[in-house]
Amino acid sequence: MNVYDLPDQEGYFGPYGGTFVSETLMAAIEELKAQYERYRQDPEFLAELAHELHHYVGRPSPIYYAKRLSEHLGGAKIYLKREDLNHTGAHKVNNTIGQAMLARRMGKPRVIAETGAGQHGVATATVAARYGMECVVYMGAEDVRRQAQNVYRMKLLGAQVVPVESGSKTLKDALNEAMRDWVTHIDDTFYIIGTVAGPHPYPTMVRDFNAVVGRECLTQMPELVGRQPDVILACVGGGSNAMGIFYPYIPQESVRLIGVEAGGDGLSSGRHAASLSAGVPGVLHGNRTYLLQDAHGQIIETHSISAGLDYPGVGPEHAWLKDNGRASYVAVTDEEALQAFHTLCRLEGILPALESSHAVAQAMKMAPALGKDQIILVNLSGRGDKDMATVAERSGLHL
Amino acid sequence: MSRIASTFARLSGSNRKALIPFFTVGDPLLESAVPTMQALVSGGADILELGIPFSDPMADGPTIQRASERALQNGVTLTDVLAVVAEFRQTDDVTPVVLMGYANPIERLGLDVFAAQARTAGVDGVLVVDYPPLEGQLLKAALTRVGIDTILLLSPTTTEQRMREIAQLATGYLYYVSLRGVTGAGHLEVDAVATQVGRIRSYAKVPVGVGFGIRDGATARRLSEIADAVVVGSRLVEEIEASAPTEVTRRAEALMRQFRHAMDGAQ
Ligand SMILES: Cc1ncc(COP(=O)(O)O)c(C=O)c1O
Repeated sequence: MNVYDLPDQEGYFGPYGGTFVSETLMAAIEELKAQYERYRQDPEFLAELAHELHHYVGRPSPIYYAKRLSEHLGGAKIYLKREDLNHTGAHKVNNTIGQAMLARRMGKPRVIAETGAGQHGVATATVAARYGMECVVYMGAEDVRRQAQNVYRMKLLGAQVVPVESGSKTLKDALNEAMRDWVTHIDDTFYIIGTVAGPHPYPTMVRDFNAVVGRECLTQMPELVGRQPDVILACVGGGSNAMGIFYPYIPQESVRLIGVEAGGDGLSSGRHAASLSAGVPGVLHGNRTYLLQDAHGQIIETHSISAGLDYPGVGPEHAWLKDNGRASYVAVTDEEALQAFHTLCRLEGILPALESSHAVAQAMKMAPALGKDQIILVNLSGRGDKDMATVAERSGLHL
Repeated sequence: MSRIASTFARLSGSNRKALIPFFTVGDPLLESAVPTMQALVSGGADILELGIPFSDPMADGPTIQRASERALQNGVTLTDVLAVVAEFRQTDDVTPVVLMGYANPIERLGLDVFAAQARTAGVDGVLVVDYPPLEGQLLKAALTRVGIDTILLLSPTTTEQRMREIAQLATGYLYYVSLRGVTGAGHLEVDAVATQVGRIRSYAKVPVGVGFGIRDGATARRLSEIADAVVVGSRLVEEIEASAPTEVTRRAEALMRQFRHAMDGAQ
């Protein structure tokens, strides 16, 4: 693979991706495709985006050498790409700024979003406030309960949070409900999808907006250590932080790309959210990709300690990178992620999001077996302040 | 001639329009599906649309979502839906049956396996909500090989050029989604529908049906002056939801009769 230029015209990454939506949405998707094609190469748009990312988000985010963690493990050196230091505390804002800027140019005064952990909802509510747009966030009723702090945060930012009571009452159902809203309010509404899933052009657009993460690493790593890393690790829910850091590295074939899925109680327990590790290709939410589904094609309920990874599908580009071998995907259990959470807190004074803790856990698994000259770069996609109640509950405490 | 084509031919001979009810197989029970189909036909239905339950019915409003959830709680699968059609065919070999659902259960069974089994069961048409024509090409080819129609959707936001392309590809009948939204949603503007259906007719070689948001006989009557067929979905599913299991067939038949009378009064 020398030149990587996917997706194709129809939004396909190999056999994955596409535009699997009802005819009622096709016009809106065609419009979005045309406008995104136009603005992705518009110098004025790109200059404003760069300005926003610098002055509002605080980019570039630093890369930090986790020296004590590395020495504790006694193997490879572990570096952290600090997306947790972004405004709003995660990589999600890279994408919401880009999409909100596009929405403004398309004359849409109202934005909607789905959210699981609430991070994407917060990032959307934040930019909606920043640009003076109306904002409605759909969130599974179960997640509204689990993530009360983020719900309040979104309300403070002026967003309306709608609990979704259908299906499993989690992220996938919130996405269904946001799609239904979009169909009903096509004229004035822009749907800001929070990960590299959904119908074409979303997987490409969300990847492109997050690719700033990998591009920064491409210049930061040589400045810092004189070369590129040997391994890059990122957690995979829908896959946006992982695509963001992987994408610019796809042509650098000596760099191993490893996505870390939510193993929940373990793959053999059936209670997990590891679509690439344990799923079967199918069609959901507008694209073809690996899905956790039963023998009859019904989507099954997932489980993860981290609400942001609790999703039965995965972005179609990851499905393709898995099949063609450019990236590989592993799963880490709730327990392993929690241990990584505590370890990073104690050794480095960094409180990682439970999502990101999955990638840290994989680094902790791999580092001891690798030589001290090896370098692992972990995308620390977000900070863990939002997860304190969950972690405390696990330890038998109630905050 | 296919059952769908001969049904429309017979109706237009007597200057009537097709009444097409929709309900989800397995709601309230798997066993109620065939009796409900028979009751709808006695109440005056011309074509039956059967919903294949799916865990993530993205294009459906709350009413049909709940029907899908009830059916899934009853363990109903695509294979069960096909068995329902086969059983219905033992007593009714003329009423066309169209299956309506989402891509994933069909892909999981396999496109060719599905087409062959649908053919054997006596299915006449298939509408896959999340297969726009481009993504649905392979299924359409598989269905065409066994003589089953692929029913395509058009919406108020479909562009003129796309409308022309889809009309060219259409088999069986075209289904015009009469409002911007999900099934069961708000208010339907009859005049706007009339304009759009007029444009569709100028491109289409097949009959044009209208559905989404048709809740009463008066609306059905006005639409039957415009279109070749009227689809009643959420309103019927609400009736089923509100009925005790023993009352489902009686109330479904009574509801059909109301729509039938209203529509035929228009002629
Ligand atoms: C901090 C953080 N990391 C990762 C994710 C997972 O999403 P993705 O796989 O799209 O990066 C989330 C989602 O909420 C998140 O909040």
